[in-house]
Amino acid sequence: MKITVDQDKCCGAGTCVLLAPDVFDQRDEDGIVVLLDAEPPAELHSLVQEAASVCPAAAISVSS
Amino acid sequence: MTLIVGASAAGLATAEALRRKGYTGRLTILGAEPHLPYDRPPLSKQVLSGTWEPGKAQLRSPEALGALDAEFVLGDPAVHLDVAERAVHTASGRVLKAENVVLAAGLHPRTLPGQRTLRTLDEALALRSDLLKRKRTIVVGDGVLGAEIAATARQMGVAVTLTGPQQAPMALQLGPVVAELLAELHTSQGVDLRLGAAVTGVDDHGVLLETGEVLPADLVVVAFGSVPATEWLQDSGLVLGNGVVCDSRCRAADGIWAVGDVARWHHETLGRLVRLENRTNATEQAVAVAGNILGADQPYTPVPYFWTDQFDAKIHVHGFVGPETSVVEGSLAERRFVVRYHRGGEVVGVLGWNMPKQARQHRQQITPRCPATAAASTPGAA
Ligand SMILES: Cc1cc2nc3c(=O)[nH]c(=O)nc-3n(C[C@H](O)[C@H](O)[C@H](O)COP(=O)(O)OP(=O)(O)OC[C@H]3O[C@@H](n4cnc5c(N)ncnc54)[C@H](O)[C@@H]3O)c2cc1C
Ligand code: SF4
Repeated sequence: MKITVDQDKCCGAGTCVLLAPDVFDQRDEDGIVVLLDAEPPAELHSLVQEAASVCPAAAISVSS
Repeated sequence: MTLIVGASAAGLATAEALRRKGYTGRLTILGAEPHLPYDRPPLSKQVLSGTWEPGKAQLRSPEALGALDAEFVLGDPAVHLDVAERAVHTASGRVLKAENVVLAAGLHPRTLPGQRTLRTLDEALALRSDLLKRKRTIVVGDGVLGAEIAATARQMGVAVTLTGPQQAPMALQLGPVVAELLAELHTSQGVDLRLGAAVTGVDDHGVLLETGEVLPADLVVVAFGSVPATEWLQDSGLVLGNGVVCDSRCRAADGIWAVGDVARWHHETLGRLVRLENRTNATEQAVAVAGNILGADQPYTPVPYFWTDQFDAKIHVHGFVGPETSVVEGSLAERRFVVRYHRGGEVVGVLGWNMPKQARQHRQQITPRCPATAAASTPGAA
């Protein structure tokens, strides 16, 4: 799995961080998403898929 | 087969959650609009201002939609639901039958005859083209959508007046203290605020206020709330009342579910029916509905959340606005802060102004049990 985030689209909701804190974080100054792990281990894949689906700005893409 | 009526945020997320949870049956997504799923929050922000090409508001890439293995039937609105048969009839005469039908049809904006509104991509582009002619514009409606449209139009260089019955924009959703800061922001950026008087109509001369005053306008944009898109369900036998009324599992009838802006469900921890009009609810409720379709039998009990971007302010609201406020991070003067809303000893909500991460970090202090004065959502909600 390979994750990409579009910081220009991100609205800083932090939904992704609540779901997968080992993969996503937010910048302190403006809340924009920071990708901690672009190729997370298999046990996190389903949470990351969920984060991509529920992100309210459609800012997370996942490719296999 | 599962049939989803409404090809937007909530409908798409329901389909994705079903697949993620292992559903291998057929999926059909029926949409009234001709477009593949696109996102609405950018319509009043980046799409209206022109910072984004409209295509950037698409919710998913063609590859991601392909991988979903769902059939999209677009440009063909549902016109009737047969609850017993779980059959949806469409405008073009299709009849689609399914084991589960998910109602995700969203809202229709309330309007005044002949005036512009903003709910769809086509409406955003039409409004943008009018604003580019730099017409003297009046936005009717002082909720989140009206305030955003006013801010974006102003940033495009348009002369804008914002009208509505409240004392400050978004007072219901932000509480008086923060709404007053928002009013100051709009005024400092050159928006003419004409608040505290309801609009009674529009004629050739402009916008009529209840005070008898007439505000001259070349362009009027109406943003004073929406109604759930349930007109096609009137004769279905489903319980309707400010949305599709559902149990705590978001189920309206056997095999019939509702999700997103159109759904009014029993929120177990709040102990009442709730309908939310915000973007995170659309996707989070979708996850809950998909789980329940597959037998999870779980109540949906979210802490509401929405954000809005106006000028340089990014405002994030978790939970509910309560009567008392206290600043817990940053400072109001610097326009970078987190406030907490209280009711008695309980924290009912948290708001961040240019502090999204810190606001989220305070979110877990919220007790969602509290009966609310106003939901973190647009005025039509709850
Ligand atoms: C301009 C704008 C800006 C917004 N900004 C924010 C924001 O900053 N933050 C935030 O939290 N929320 C925001 N929102 C709210 C957010 O976009 C909505 O909560 C979200 O779109 C709800 O998703 P939904 O899928 O339930 O409904 P919708 O997005 O309304 O989708 C419903 C779909 O169903 C279709 N449909 C309707 N009737 C039928 C029918 N009979 N048959 C078939 N299809 C039908 C509609 O055409 C539509 O495509 C904004 C909304 C708008 C309009
Ligand atoms: S969920 Fe989406 S919008 Fe929210 S912080 Fe993560 S990437 Fe950004």
